[in-house]
Amino acid sequence: MPEILMPPLAPQPLRASASLAWREIIRFLRQPNRIVGSIGTPVLFWLLFGTGLNNSFKLSAAGASGTSFLEYYFAGSLVLILLFTSIFTSISIIEDRREGFLQGVLVAPIPRWSIVLGKVWGGSCIALFQGLIFLLLALTLDIEWRPLALLQLVGLLVLTSLALTSLGFFFAWRTDSSQGFHAIMNLVLMPLWLLSGGFFPIPAGNAAAPWSDRLLHVAMRANPLTYAVAGARHLLEGPSPAAAAFTPGLATCWGVTLAFSVLAFAAAVWVSGQRTQGDLL
Amino acid sequence: MNAPAAIRLENLSHSYGRRQALVDLSLSIRSGEIFSFLGPNGGGKTTLFRILSTLIPQQTGTAEILGLNLRSDTTKIRRRIGVVFQAPSLDRKLTVAENIQQQAALYGLFGAELRRRRDELLDQFALKDRARERVEKLSGGLRRRVELAKGMIHRPELLLLDEPSTGLDPGARADLWEYLERARQENGVTIVLTTHLLEEADKADRIAILNEGKLVALDTPDGLRSSVGGDMIVIESPAAEELAAGLRSRLSLAAQVVEGTVRLETPAGHQWIARIVEEFPGRVGAIRLGKPTLEDVFIARTGHRFWRERQEASRA
Repeated sequence: MPEILMPPLAPQPLRASASLAWREIIRFLRQPNRIVGSIGTPVLFWLLFGTGLNNSFKLSAAGASGTSFLEYYFAGSLVLILLFTSIFTSISIIEDRREGFLQGVLVAPIPRWSIVLGKVWGGSCIALFQGLIFLLLALTLDIEWRPLALLQLVGLLVLTSLALTSLGFFFAWRTDSSQGFHAIMNLVLMPLWLLSGGFFPIPAGNAAAPWSDRLLHVAMRANPLTYAVAGARHLLEGPSPAAAAFTPGLATCWGVTLAFSVLAFAAAVWVSGQRTQGDLL
Repeated sequence: MNAPAAIRLENLSHSYGRRQALVDLSLSIRSGEIFSFLGPNGGGKTTLFRILSTLIPQQTGTAEILGLNLRSDTTKIRRRIGVVFQAPSLDRKLTVAENIQQQAALYGLFGAELRRRRDELLDQFALKDRARERVEKLSGGLRRRVELAKGMIHRPELLLLDEPSTGLDPGARADLWEYLERARQENGVTIVLTTHLLEEADKADRIAILNEGKLVALDTPDGLRSSVGGDMIVIESPAAEELAAGLRSRLSLAAQVVEGTVRLETPAGHQWIARIVEEFPGRVGAIRLGKPTLEDVFIARTGHRFWRERQEASRA
């Protein structure tokens, strides 16, 4: 019986997070349909939209600079992959709750931030992995590869994944069904992506522009994801296509994306301290 | 060794909105005891379990676990207790060993010590040859065992189990109790469980009966039974109320009608059987004599049957 008298173990929140993140990755790898779905969808979007819309895109000002839509759309697809993956990992917190795994974690002697970090960390690793696979496709594009820019791009993608998984966590925590989460996804996450400049350039926002354009202009500039897409485009193609009426500088892109991820993570930690009805399942 | 009580509650109350789930609960559980909370569904067991396991915050009253204050020392308590939930808490996509490792990481257990304890537990719970199998492929009984092993990886001094035999067949149930006994004997763990099964509660050292959030009885199983009296006579009758009244007035027996059947407790019950049948011709449909069971204790203390269908299906 002497072992009982040993002092209890000291919890190690960071290593606990790492273990939770590892679990996310294992789970991901053991569900092949998730891998196919989250890589396949953006690739499909990219190819279908990219080729389909290429002709109409050429007529616009952006197309005039010689960029094909397939090229223009690439940075947007990259961010879309991150978004999709973060959504999938966020949904898993709902599953964790429903399947009961979460309750065991909630009564463990670790702080809530450590739980959030594990989830976000794991989700970001998966998102990044897929982003990098997609990036290989960029080899088919007419891009001048600069190693330093590529390194920066990876850094930017890491921050963006952290931000998006945190945001997904924030919404998923209080949701007790995946249906509920889909509603939030359509209402919040899809517009976030559609208005990120990934799909179409930011229209002019000056007094001469129609009011709908002006509205769009404001919404897109206020969207933190715009800066992730613009930053990715900077780093992929160098100077951005002339088409966009507004192009944030690379430094701004970094600043906004960093702030976005810090704020989203803080929001996720905050929400995880809130009791939800679902805890009691 | 003068160890503090494993659990000490004083005037613990809890409510969900206006519904009172626990009312002024006071009791003390000794270190090393196997203690069971028995009650029908909705009796307050699950709420109590959630409070003790630190899943929901304590509202009013005092609660001490292993001598620590439940409200202020939550993290310290979490390090020293093991929790086995009613709903499975395993990750089905992970293997048995991976689930245990995952749990260990949450409690700060890594490396060689983790592997040593993991193998020990796998051995103890006869799970060694299943260690690499994914949980989704295991039977209910095996999963329960993994839950137990998982809950014990950090060597808790107190193990809390919510309805541990839910979904287990009788064989698996017997196994479970064997493991619990062994855990107590080999590791000195205090075991506290909730159950709605009378025969399961019977295996504990002491039982607390909860009904509608209140503690209605607390004693050893035998103590509870002997508190009821000598023998139980249960009569089914087409005219229960009339028969009970007759038994009271003509034979001076303390007969009660509980949900359609007449019940009474008396010493030397066998001597009464023939008399009752003769005295009330046509009124006795069936008559049964027996020693008091825990259900009789429950009825004696609450005035209704253990399995009464509850009108309000209001479980939070």
